[in-house]
Amino acid sequence: MTSKKYILGVFNDEDVLLNAIEKTRAAGTKIYDVFSPYPIHGIDDVLGIQRSRLPIVAFFCGLCGTSFALWMQIYMLGFDWPMIIGGKPHIALPSFIPVTFELTVLFAAFGMVITFFIISGLRPTLKVPVMDVRSTDDKYVMAIELKEGTDISKLNDLLRSNGAIEVNEKEVVK
Amino acid sequence: MITEERLTIPASATKRFFYMIAIGLVLLVAGLIIAANFSGGHGEAHGAEAGHHAAGWGQRLLANLWMNNVYFSGIAVVGILFVAIQYVAYAGWSVLIKRVPEALGSYLLVGGVIMLLVFLVPIIFTGHNTLLHWTDHSLHEVGSPNYDPIIAGKSGYLNITFYTIRMVAYFTLWFLFFKWLRRESLAEDLNGGLDHYNKSIRLGATFLVVFGVTSSMSAWDWVLSIDTHWFSTMFGWYVFASWWVSGLAATTLTIIILKQMGYMKMVTSNHLHDLGKFLFGFSIFWTYIWFSQFMLYWYANIPEEVIYFQERLGGNNNHYTWIFFFNLFINFAFPFLVLMTRDAKRQMIMLKIVCIAILIGHWFDFYMMIMPGTMGGESGFGLIEIGTALTFLGIFLLRFTKELSKASLVPVNHPFLEESIHHHV
Repeated sequence: MTSKKYILGVFNDEDVLLNAIEKTRAAGTKIYDVFSPYPIHGIDDVLGIQRSRLPIVAFFCGLCGTSFALWMQIYMLGFDWPMIIGGKPHIALPSFIPVTFELTVLFAAFGMVITFFIISGLRPTLKVPVMDVRSTDDKYVMAIELKEGTDISKLNDLLRSNGAIEVNEKEVVK
Repeated sequence: MITEERLTIPASATKRFFYMIAIGLVLLVAGLIIAANFSGGHGEAHGAEAGHHAAGWGQRLLANLWMNNVYFSGIAVVGILFVAIQYVAYAGWSVLIKRVPEALGSYLLVGGVIMLLVFLVPIIFTGHNTLLHWTDHSLHEVGSPNYDPIIAGKSGYLNITFYTIRMVAYFTLWFLFFKWLRRESLAEDLNGGLDHYNKSIRLGATFLVVFGVTSSMSAWDWVLSIDTHWFSTMFGWYVFASWWVSGLAATTLTIIILKQMGYMKMVTSNHLHDLGKFLFGFSIFWTYIWFSQFMLYWYANIPEEVIYFQERLGGNNNHYTWIFFFNLFINFAFPFLVLMTRDAKRQMIMLKIVCIAILIGHWFDFYMMIMPGTMGGESGFGLIEIGTALTFLGIFLLRFTKELSKASLVPVNHPFLEESIHHHV
């Protein structure tokens, strides 16, 4: 059992929080995470979170879907078990388009969801520590990991001077 | 406080548009003279050989006038539609750019006059319009050697009187709604308040209903009735999709050019991003409509239905085959692949290239719709086509830029102006 200590700055207001995040990062303090009752517009930029590369995954998954669908239909209807349907050639591309489209979308969607689960480590046994239950109601919580040698009182001052209404300490057992 | 931003069209630009018209007309006349002298012998020889009369230079001129006018009138009416949709959707992001589509509609008056002339003048002089086969009276008379029971059966809808009434009605309605929406928008600049905004929403909603009916009907009248025997229940949508994408491309291209000239500073890459998504999405929408129409006819393969695609793909000595595939490439594959990434939609240079490609591509789309039915395998791509297109472009730009410079580019009293300035995606 490892445990980690966090300093939690509790905020009352979204704009104060965004400002505090900027000031805290500018002071050289690394923010572990921020918890809020709803998604805050523009918080990714302030926190310095880079844009997701998930669209690239989607593109290549989609490409796999397209190739798979075309291969499957051409192989099945053209080589494995050729059938005449509606008097068309065995390999009649226009009639393959709907299935190709559907499989492209399916592969892209599933590929994105699965990749997202793996990358973010979302699994049934995952336990997410709730830093402060009020962050599910009407407060915004900024968590800073407490490492050895961190000056707690300095952090306290930094957070309070930037509008935190409370500064708490929390130990999370993993 | 947001201040007005006036667009001044430099005299050199106006002069350039006039040159465009002049060069277009010169090319057109030169092309007509060449065609008239050249096609005399050629037409006879070909006519005797193929057993059908060859399309002459007059027909080619009419077809070009008709095609360009349908294309540019479509772009104009799509401008009004865009504004109407933004009002009905209570959209905030588009406020900073709304003056551009709003001004597109000014072409409609010219478009309506040209359309009426191109339709009526041949009828007045020769009794029927060779562009629209059904205008020939002898097709409807039982016992006449030309009697065509299918066309006669459609004469309740496709007759010259009703057709003219409809054409006037579409243009009048579109132009009136353009004027009304524009008037409210300009009055809002002066007076402020919410009255003009609320009235615009009611006008916009009414226009959506009007346009829902008239867009389909005008597509049947102006494009579908060229191939009188053929019909497609998707045709209204197909023409609308082509118009809509072209209109969006015209709007986006204008905004980019204005930004590069130093106007519209408050329009950021976030607004361009949304316009790019529109272009991307509706290019796919157009393809979806195109394919839905194509596949059903291809699959069923019923002669009287599939003839339409036979003429365009493989038929007419493969005259249209390259345009058929070029159409799919430039209107689907190109915007789809180029505009796929977020960065491409936010950069002006990429968007600009795609907009120009789409505008050219959908011009060819209308070429594909109109030429095979009017010119058969004789359509060309030469001085007449380029000249007509240049002339129409010049007239369109003259009307459009004049309207654009009449009002502030920023609708200063629009209630959602702040939201649009802070738009962020």
